[in-house]
Amino acid sequence: MNISPVKVFFASFLVQNILLMRYIGLCPFFGVSTRISTSFGMGLAVIFVMLLATLITYPIYHFFLIPLNLQFLRTASFILVIASLVQFVEMFLKKSYRQLYNALGIYLPLITTNCAILGTTFLVIDYRFHLLNTIIFALGTGLGFMLVIILFAAIREKLDYAPISHSFKGYPIAFIAASLVSLAFLGFANLFGASL
Amino acid sequence: MIIISILLLGILGILMATILTIAHKKLAVSVDEKVALLTKVLPNANCGACGYAGCENYAEAIVKGEVEPNRCPVGGKEVAERIAEILGIKIEAKEKMVAVLTCQGGIEECKERFIYDGHLDCKEANIIHQGMKACPFGCLGLGTCVNVCPFGAIKMDEKKRLPIIDEDKCTGCGICVKECPKGVLKLIPKTKLVYLACVSPDKGKEVREVCKVGCFACGICVKVCPYDALKMENNLPVMDLEKCIDCGICYQKCPTKSYVDKVKKRPYALIDTTCNGCGECVKVCQFKAIEGNPKERHKVIIEKCVGCGECFRVCPIKAITMVGALGYTQKVI
Repeated sequence: MNISPVKVFFASFLVQNILLMRYIGLCPFFGVSTRISTSFGMGLAVIFVMLLATLITYPIYHFFLIPLNLQFLRTASFILVIASLVQFVEMFLKKSYRQLYNALGIYLPLITTNCAILGTTFLVIDYRFHLLNTIIFALGTGLGFMLVIILFAAIREKLDYAPISHSFKGYPIAFIAASLVSLAFLGFANLFGASL
Repeated sequence: MIIISILLLGILGILMATILTIAHKKLAVSVDEKVALLTKVLPNANCGACGYAGCENYAEAIVKGEVEPNRCPVGGKEVAERIAEILGIKIEAKEKMVAVLTCQGGIEECKERFIYDGHLDCKEANIIHQGMKACPFGCLGLGTCVNVCPFGAIKMDEKKRLPIIDEDKCTGCGICVKECPKGVLKLIPKTKLVYLACVSPDKGKEVREVCKVGCFACGICVKVCPYDALKMENNLPVMDLEKCIDCGICYQKCPTKSYVDKVKKRPYALIDTTCNGCGECVKVCQFKAIEGNPKERHKVIIEKCVGCGECFRVCPIKAITMVGALGYTQKVI
């Protein structure tokens, strides 16, 4: 699909945000978004892994699976490759970049086979992007994830202090808040004519 | 097709396994054996009470010899001893501390000056005219300590709007003490039974106007303390922990009950028939609650006995037992 990289970026970043519009990757979205600092680390880790995962699965799909006509194997092979890759990166960071490992380390295993990561690698295939658009899409999706999870963490920090009735405390009100934020993101629809 | 797919996935799997195995060998991080051992021994709560970011950082610092191993208030004596055993050094363990609330002014005792409906956070409430409580020094009861406690040891008593500290769960890390904007939480030794629960340095009249259980510096406790452990400073009695033996007389005599005695009901001493009348207990009892002739069985005057347990501790033939308090163990005293 030939589409300008700018449009791809804004579509993945805001218009079709992975968390609020596609509703993929909800487990880290609700699990880690209780504090801004942790969600920031999680966001960084997601951007990092998302870029890596799409970069490694792109050649696998286009150079192995398509020529061999084995597209149905993409789930199995992608999970295998992404999980091993993240494991490898974790080891590498632990050895070479200790500071970065301390910042990202605990989040990396959490997102090895996260649905947001796997979903992004599938989406770039379904949209038939070329390599540049693939990278832009992964970057935009990761940034969108980070933006939303930090915004939502800020909301949840405030929700902790709000007088909420007992039955709505915790996850119920978080889901309601998420749906309202999602409605707000509808305002981005057709921004720069970007939609996929 | 089946063979190709098996081959493809198989090759991918073998490839990944090889890469990971090589990485595991080549990129192995040599963790100091002692650090790993110490990290296992430490509580791994990563509370930061030792002054380091987490238990692992603290373990590294111990191995490097930067700090003593008795800085962990969570693990206390037991952990310090085990660390010393691993490192082969001798240490003195820190006394186990617990946090206590030194304010009893709940919503009934200390009224609110205005309705506060901002954030339910003590620090934020404290910025507005020192909070909504009538006493400017009292606990605001909005639960900042409840939220910061990493061990879930603090609960809020919703009726009184005062936090309750679970002493079994409290590890004495002191995070709540640091976070409390009013400074009404204090760390005291876990063995300490009696403490003053008021921090108001105001004069008597001002305290009486705002709080029913505040200390108005009458000085009765200073006078009745037989061990001379209390001194009046800044309109508050200050306790000398070396001299105080937790007899609880200050609590009993305090007109506003500003003290807290952890022994809910004090027992009294009972001297059994094995008493040989040595008179040691008479010497040690500061309340003149034991009488009797030398070489005869002594007697306790129950009305005078405060249940401090001094005679029980000093009796050479263990003829004294502490009785009269349900569920009360003699170990406490």
